[in-house]
Amino acid sequence: MSTVEAATHPAPPVVRAHSHKRNRRSTSVAVAMLVPAAVLMITFLIIPIFLTFGLAFTNARLISPVPARFVGFDNFVRLFTNDTFWKSLLNTIVFTIVIVPVQSGLALGLAILVNAKVRGTNFFRTVYFLPVVTSMVVVSMLWLFMYQPDGLINVLLAKVGITGPDWLGDPKTALFAIIVLSIWQAVGFHMVIWLSGLQTIPAELYEAASIDGAGRWQQFVHVTWPGLRQTSIFILITITIAAFSLFTQVNIMTQGGPLDSTSTLVYMAVFTGFQQQQTGYAAAISLVFFALVLTVSLIQRYLTRDKGATR
Amino acid sequence: MLKRTARLVATTFVAASLMLSVAACSKGGATSTNAATAGGTQTLTLWTHNAGNKGELGAIQQVVDDYNASQTTYKVDLQAFPQDSYNQSVVAAAASKKLPCILDIDQPNVANWAWAGYLAPITGMDDILAKYLPSTVAKWNGKTYAYGYYDVALTWVTRTSILKKYGIRVPTVDQPWTGEEFMAALKKVKDSGDFKYPADMATGWTGEWWPYGYSPQLQAFGGDLINRTDYKSADGVLNGDAAIKWANWFAGMAKDGYMPKKSSADPAADFMNGKSAFLWNGSWTAVPTREKFGDDVLFAPPVDFGNGGKIGGGSWTWGYSTGCSSPEGALDYLKFASADKYVAKVSADTNNIPTTDAAAAMVPGFEPGGENDVFRQISKKFTVMRPETPGYPFIATTFGKAAQDILNGADPKTTLDQAVKDIDDNQKANDYFQQ
Repeated sequence: MSTVEAATHPAPPVVRAHSHKRNRRSTSVAVAMLVPAAVLMITFLIIPIFLTFGLAFTNARLISPVPARFVGFDNFVRLFTNDTFWKSLLNTIVFTIVIVPVQSGLALGLAILVNAKVRGTNFFRTVYFLPVVTSMVVVSMLWLFMYQPDGLINVLLAKVGITGPDWLGDPKTALFAIIVLSIWQAVGFHMVIWLSGLQTIPAELYEAASIDGAGRWQQFVHVTWPGLRQTSIFILITITIAAFSLFTQVNIMTQGGPLDSTSTLVYMAVFTGFQQQQTGYAAAISLVFFALVLTVSLIQRYLTRDKGATR
Repeated sequence: MLKRTARLVATTFVAASLMLSVAACSKGGATSTNAATAGGTQTLTLWTHNAGNKGELGAIQQVVDDYNASQTTYKVDLQAFPQDSYNQSVVAAAASKKLPCILDIDQPNVANWAWAGYLAPITGMDDILAKYLPSTVAKWNGKTYAYGYYDVALTWVTRTSILKKYGIRVPTVDQPWTGEEFMAALKKVKDSGDFKYPADMATGWTGEWWPYGYSPQLQAFGGDLINRTDYKSADGVLNGDAAIKWANWFAGMAKDGYMPKKSSADPAADFMNGKSAFLWNGSWTAVPTREKFGDDVLFAPPVDFGNGGKIGGGSWTWGYSTGCSSPEGALDYLKFASADKYVAKVSADTNNIPTTDAAAAMVPGFEPGGENDVFRQISKKFTVMRPETPGYPFIATTFGKAAQDILNGADPKTTLDQAVKDIDDNQKANDYFQQ
């Protein structure tokens, strides 16, 4: 977005010194305001993250009279030979791969619908957003009842003549069931973000396109989608990170699911760290999780970089 | 120049004071010392898991009030926590060295917390505790760390009318059902089609219920959670022939339609609504089922699958912490609170089995021959404690997960072998919890 400025006229020294001083002053004030937040973040976020990385190489326990001992890569060896870890990793990746396109696509569709200039869009906007403000714990419990073999979903399916499976008890359908409810809960949030992106596209572009004879689909491909570029990058990254941290639904509904079919990395870390009291092992899982999320974020950042911009 | 500096200083001052006030707020809110002196009376904090449990909390409050009224050297201050987050609260307090003086502990956790140095051994109460049901006195490494007022008995809840209708023998404590008898009875009930499921074992519950409710059945087959001669390994007991038999029976109960694979959240309500004929649950169901069915309800002893019937034991117990600045005060309270009349009060208010015979005589229903005496007999005859080792929390969660996987169709041998390996690794990694 930046353009090359021809800096042909050298600024008079007095002016430059003046702006320098002004910059320094506002910088100092900015730094002073930033300091408390930075201190809190460093103390409660950055330092614990580094401590976790250190813990991953020890045999720390949650409850123990014996101090933790350095064990090198033992935790990682144990982790990589553990079937549950690979299943959790696979489930996390499958969940992310399905959620990202489906949820963002559905949210975009809803946003386009809600963006139409007809009466009642406010009502629909609110209704679609309601699940987002409901606690995920509550949503999980409700869907737990709905997914029972004789619950609401199977009753409705029976009316159409389909016998629904035991959604949460069958290893083949449990993850799918959790995907559906996760999308239902979060789609409203991303709909609102897409909506804000849609509203930054100037209406004149649409008018110009329709004058040129573009149909609805062509308008979408050539006007809407390019205009949503920044929004889509933001949504892509946030959905991916949120999908990786899948935990609450699994913890409440399936506890790792029939035969590890819904176990995720975060769930495994919490289970081994708190219920099994193996803090060092859980720290190792967290470290692997961090590396995974970092890699994926960097890849996404690279793929979506602004190729035309100069710094 | 001066204005700029003044602005900078003011901003920094406001920011710093905001930060400090936030820190001070959080510090002021938390409980600080566990024993403070105020004009000669020492305050001892007491933590309990009973928040929301009107009966038990009221009874414990009564004990505390009586103690405070009986002397002026110490004053006990009761703080109640919700049960689900209680254990984590204690662990967090221990990590910040802010444990209360007196606290209650779920019995299977006593060894773990004693080994971790949270609990101090109880001394000077041996003659009192000799009269307690052994399952309510929590010991580890030869020392007593806690005692409980009551115990709970697991039982097969059913109705005499059901037994009569299908020609099933009424079992007694001396002659419980054998495995074959029980399965034949279930088959009869299933074939009749009168019930949605012949049995219900509360498989929809989570957490500690799985080892508490299902490891006794494993033990009834002849298996166990760990080798109790040295608590070093589970090999042979958790993955031996008896354990495989148990696993096949457990998975078969759901696969063959004898019980729901995942029960509802309230299996007792299902039983009372006629959805199941035999309910594997605790003596706590006595009150609601008696209300519904009156004298028809029958509490049958556990099934003998070859090694004798078995039930779990141990419930919430009382001890005191090592960080208490006044251990004599804590021990004084524990001695006062162990009196028979308090055992009777707490047991009566919670509908559980009183731990001493003298207290049992005081609680209506639990006197010999009373309607609840059957629970006391079942508890005396069939109780097997959950393994008293500091590794228990790990064993419990590993067994719970293995049982769930087996119920969901995993191969019993590989699942149990993996569980044994995990348990053995954990015991070894902790140097077998030597002190």
